[in-house]
Amino acid sequence: MTVGFFITCLVDAMRPSIGFAALRLLEAAGCRVEVPMAQTCCGQPAYNSGDRATARDLAEKMLDEFERFDHVVLPSGSCGGMVAAHYGELFANDPELSRRYAALQPRIHELSGFLVDVLGWTDLPPSLREDPSLQRFQGVATYHDSCSGLRELGIKQQPRRLIAGLPGVELREMASCEQCCGFGGTFSIKYGEISTAIVDEKCGHIAASGAQAVVLGDLGCMLNIEGRLRRRGDTHTRVLHWAELLAGSAPTPEKG
Amino acid sequence: MQVQAMHFKARAGQRLADVRLQQNLKKLAGKFVTARAVAMDELGDFEIIRTEAVRRRDAALAQLDGWLEAFEAEASRRGTTVLWAETPQEASALVVEIARRHQVQRATKTKSMVSEEMALNAALEAVGVQVTETDLGEYILQINDYEPPSHIIAPVVHKDRQQVAELFRREHDRERSEGWENDIAGMAREAREVLRERFLAADMGITGGNFVIAETGSVALVTNEGNEGLCTVLPRVHVAITGIEKVLPTLDDLATVMRLLPRSATGQVISNYFSLLTGPRAPGETDGPEHNYVILLDGGRTGLIGGEFQDMLRCIKCGACMNHCPVYQKIGGHSYGWVYPGPMGSVLTPSYVGLEKTLDLPHAATLCGQCQVVCPMKIPLPELLRKLRERQFDRGLRPRGERALLAAWGWLARRPALYRLASRVGVRLLAALAPDGRLHKLPGAGGWTVGRDLPVPTGRTFRDLYRARRDAQGG
Repeated sequence: MTVGFFITCLVDAMRPSIGFAALRLLEAAGCRVEVPMAQTCCGQPAYNSGDRATARDLAEKMLDEFERFDHVVLPSGSCGGMVAAHYGELFANDPELSRRYAALQPRIHELSGFLVDVLGWTDLPPSLREDPSLQRFQGVATYHDSCSGLRELGIKQQPRRLIAGLPGVELREMASCEQCCGFGGTFSIKYGEISTAIVDEKCGHIAASGAQAVVLGDLGCMLNIEGRLRRRGDTHTRVLHWAELLAGSAPTPEKG
Repeated sequence: MQVQAMHFKARAGQRLADVRLQQNLKKLAGKFVTARAVAMDELGDFEIIRTEAVRRRDAALAQLDGWLEAFEAEASRRGTTVLWAETPQEASALVVEIARRHQVQRATKTKSMVSEEMALNAALEAVGVQVTETDLGEYILQINDYEPPSHIIAPVVHKDRQQVAELFRREHDRERSEGWENDIAGMAREAREVLRERFLAADMGITGGNFVIAETGSVALVTNEGNEGLCTVLPRVHVAITGIEKVLPTLDDLATVMRLLPRSATGQVISNYFSLLTGPRAPGETDGPEHNYVILLDGGRTGLIGGEFQDMLRCIKCGACMNHCPVYQKIGGHSYGWVYPGPMGSVLTPSYVGLEKTLDLPHAATLCGQCQVVCPMKIPLPELLRKLRERQFDRGLRPRGERALLAAWGWLARRPALYRLASRVGVRLLAALAPDGRLHKLPGAGGWTVGRDLPVPTGRTFRDLYRARRDAQGG
């Protein structure tokens, strides 16, 4: 089956290693993956800023580029939520776009949802699991639920199931793992102080869990949490996308 | 109450810097959030009851005028005078007129957020009526020079017992024994002793109305302190004030909604006190007021009917959305600048007082969605906030710089070749700016770097690297 990979603008710009980790997982699953080069952004910044026209245009652009694939996969709960849960409303006044979107929508997946719910993964395939060339995080990890992934897409157990099966990794839950980290897209720019206070609490829960890595599925949360941990002087807690954890392509930790 | 929502950012900043307040706000998560979760878990079929409650509220709102008329007819038949007010000012004037007609000198009052909309206490005091707030939280705020409530069900959640003790020491003239300020029950008793005299001396009792029931012409009131009973049974005159959206057709509807209200609000299975008041004292009855009024306030509510924001009218004012809101938990209710704080307030305040006076409120949320998850009335709060943002955008109400940035980004995102070039240049620039892998200060990114370092990219975009890899593999 062919999978269209929606890289998402933040992964594209900020942390390409997540994209390659995702590709490794999808290829290990036997998917033929394509990355349409003309993709830009799912339109969520415009949608959440009230600029409906731009959001609609970008939604149509996404539809044009991805409807030819058997499945569309994104390594982000937030962009996944936008594409899978909100485009319908943007197309509501256009019967033709609505029809095309209705055909695509059931084939849009957040990566962990795709691996577990669609492909039926309960564990990593041996090819990945036993690849000696992969350097994989070892130790205690805690998982932060991203708001959109959790509440718009129902991503909760899927990444946990995959992480829990990793040799050498202990998954230990932190308090309030479902509580927002305070990112909220432009919220973190417009109300930096409030956002900082919220993420500070999250950092406290991470520290209290005793984990050496916080694992998550959304680049927004990732930048926010990593940014705050480092500002607090925590240079040792790793902040990893769960796909990086699984595919073993995590970047080397920062030097203090 | 004066609208202060334009000062949201400054107020929020002050609240964040207030160490004591931050400590006090932790009660929310510790108390209300946990208690609600336990109560809903014990209820078992929250989703089923919730769906049924929403259905019944929607049915009432679908024929709001009809049910209100039915309520008026039945309440009138039972001797209640039903009055209508289009604006909060009109509603206040009606209460003042009632006080004058019955020569009222002293009034007692239960907690009522609608009366905050009306600035009722000031209106009554202006004509010489002494008003006493009898909800303990509201009483504490009243003796603190009418500080506004910071929560719709727990008005002094922002204060701790030492702060209350300081107030009591200042306002209550009495002997104090050692350690009295640590005895919460003792402080409550002290307030009760002051309030008891006020209850007994009052000519008029003023209450809100959690619901009004068309079938019986009754007003339903929920409290935990029993003050609603003392405000409605003791004085000669009882005035209930509520919004027009609070009508329920039948007692059966009330029973359904009441299964969710206390559980959502405080995690209680039932509230300590619940009154269903139907008409004034009838001949031969031993208690109840001689005169009974119900004032139904529009105050902008009809403006929501039939429009994008109608779902908001289902709200039963339980406060669950604010208790669970990560933003409210950090800045408290006063930051929002009007009667209703938190996510529900961020929708209601712009709707009632005007979008141009509340520029921050629709944006003062992370859209995390937890408010919608816990709302017993399934109000899609994030979606409503987004719709308000759309209205702001369409009316050009956001700051010019923000609009320009958004427009530039939107232009670029529609042009893939340029977008790719821009992101390629952008990530290299960022990488060059921060050789140690993170930016400590980023001009133009507003508040991002006030509390965070920005982890920066390594210098090439995924798409560039992917293309390079593909080319290499393809030979």
